[in-house]
Amino acid sequence: MKKIVLHGRKVYGGTGEGEAIVTNQGVAFCAGIDPLTGEVTERGHELRTKSIAGKVLVFPFGKGSSAFSKAAYALWLAGKAPKAWIIGEVNPQTALASVVMHTPAVTELDREPTEVIASGDWVKVDGDKGLVEVTKKD
Amino acid sequence: MKLAQDEQAMLDGREGLARQKAMELLIKYGDALGADKFIDVDNVYILSGLFSYADIFESVDADDVASEYFLDSRERVVVDRVKAFTTNHLFTIDLDNDHWRLVKAPQILHDLEVQTQKYCKRIGVNMTGTCTPYQTGNVPVFGEHIVWVESSAIAYANAVIGARTNIEGLESSFASALTGKTPYWGFHLNENRIGNILVEVDNDTVDLASVMEYEMLAYYVGGLIGLDIPIYTNIRKTPNADMLKGFSAAGASSGSIEMYHVVGVTPEAHTVEEATGRKKPKMTVNYGKEQRRETYEKLNAAKNDNVDIVAIGCPHYSMRQVAAVARLLEGKKVNGNTMLLIYTAKQIATVADRNGYTDVIKKAGGHLLIDSCPLNIYVPTTNVVATDAAKIAHYLPGEREFDNVWYGSMEDCIQAAITGKWKGELK
Repeated sequence: MKKIVLHGRKVYGGTGEGEAIVTNQGVAFCAGIDPLTGEVTERGHELRTKSIAGKVLVFPFGKGSSAFSKAAYALWLAGKAPKAWIIGEVNPQTALASVVMHTPAVTELDREPTEVIASGDWVKVDGDKGLVEVTKKD
Repeated sequence: MKLAQDEQAMLDGREGLARQKAMELLIKYGDALGADKFIDVDNVYILSGLFSYADIFESVDADDVASEYFLDSRERVVVDRVKAFTTNHLFTIDLDNDHWRLVKAPQILHDLEVQTQKYCKRIGVNMTGTCTPYQTGNVPVFGEHIVWVESSAIAYANAVIGARTNIEGLESSFASALTGKTPYWGFHLNENRIGNILVEVDNDTVDLASVMEYEMLAYYVGGLIGLDIPIYTNIRKTPNADMLKGFSAAGASSGSIEMYHVVGVTPEAHTVEEATGRKKPKMTVNYGKEQRRETYEKLNAAKNDNVDIVAIGCPHYSMRQVAAVARLLEGKKVNGNTMLLIYTAKQIATVADRNGYTDVIKKAGGHLLIDSCPLNIYVPTTNVVATDAAKIAHYLPGEREFDNVWYGSMEDCIQAAITGKWKGELK
């Protein structure tokens, strides 16, 4: 199976791997994801009814309520946080959420992650090294 | 992160465990952002609710909850006092007049709120209890570096006042309150405040003359752009503070607009050139009749026109809005099948009491609530809700799974409260 390696900047350290869940739309955590299940609940979102729990979330940016990090923390406590995440452009919401969710995170990759990675691919994230290894599903 | 002497001292624990934990968190946060130093702040606005964790945390001890959730600490940390001037966001429910029972809030939320208020008092958090600190005694000045939560207030502070804050969360704002520090990053720097998306409003088909019109414009643009800064042009009439309050809230709900410019209105946009920093915008967005219609329809996905609850005042109603709603209710009666909830800040409610607005609202069968939010209603989600806030129309279906939510003007909402029927339409 085809493997692709991407290089970027550390947001939060540690390693995590899982199945990718990819969106080109911004993601809201507070009032956008059910903290007890990890399911996307935002009306009109392309990931609605899908769960980010235990996956590697690949998304362009965080948005919405400033209670973003608080919701991320609740998700982590409930054991429904993603294994890692790849953030297109970091803002304070996703930076703080990475810290309190204790979730390996990278940004500023050398290729556009939402183009290279498809939902269902297997993705390994090494936060400290800023490395992403993608195993394509097909 | 490079640390100054006082920052290193806090990190080393020389000012106690709470400030040490707070510095540790802020350093991790600064690293995640890619910042390299801190700046001093003395205006912090925090999320104080212990309520959020009622589902997952058993203790109602404020120090336990704050250690775990505010400071990311498994070790119990007893906070002495905050260092910066600090005000707080709304609580979750209104404890006055048994309003919390009216919205069917569980006893646990009541108990947590009592604990939260004791905790705030003890550590020196000034309990403004509102999502609109700029209406109630926490007004920063132009250029001031501040640390604020609440997406609508952040956008208002950045865009309308010209103060400087990033979109902070519960943990970062609490840590800033304890230390008086925040990462020097993002909107604190000049170069990150200039706009990059030009929004042209079609004045022939759109008359920007009400809160609702402003909300729809921001809601449309917010849903279209990412972490960009829009520059609104062609706005002929100077909006009032209520319009800009709604404008700030709507753009931060559909999207992430935490900074914007209105040419000729907001303080960093005397001209288009100033707003763009003389750089070419990356996109131009047009907003006219079609976009307005599309936005209205998106915000009105309800089907059942029998309205159970009318929830207005998000962000918290201003004095002008409470006065206006009282005028609409003068001599009227709220329908027996409908509950009318009007949200404002305690400080504004005090003026409303004095002016007799609260009595008019009560006499009509409505309720003026403080410290709270229309998202915090604990009734079955089959209830049909009408609101004049795009933010609530956006979040009630997502966060609370209410399917039937109507959106319109204050007048539409009061009409629904009186008749029990939704008759709002796009005029």
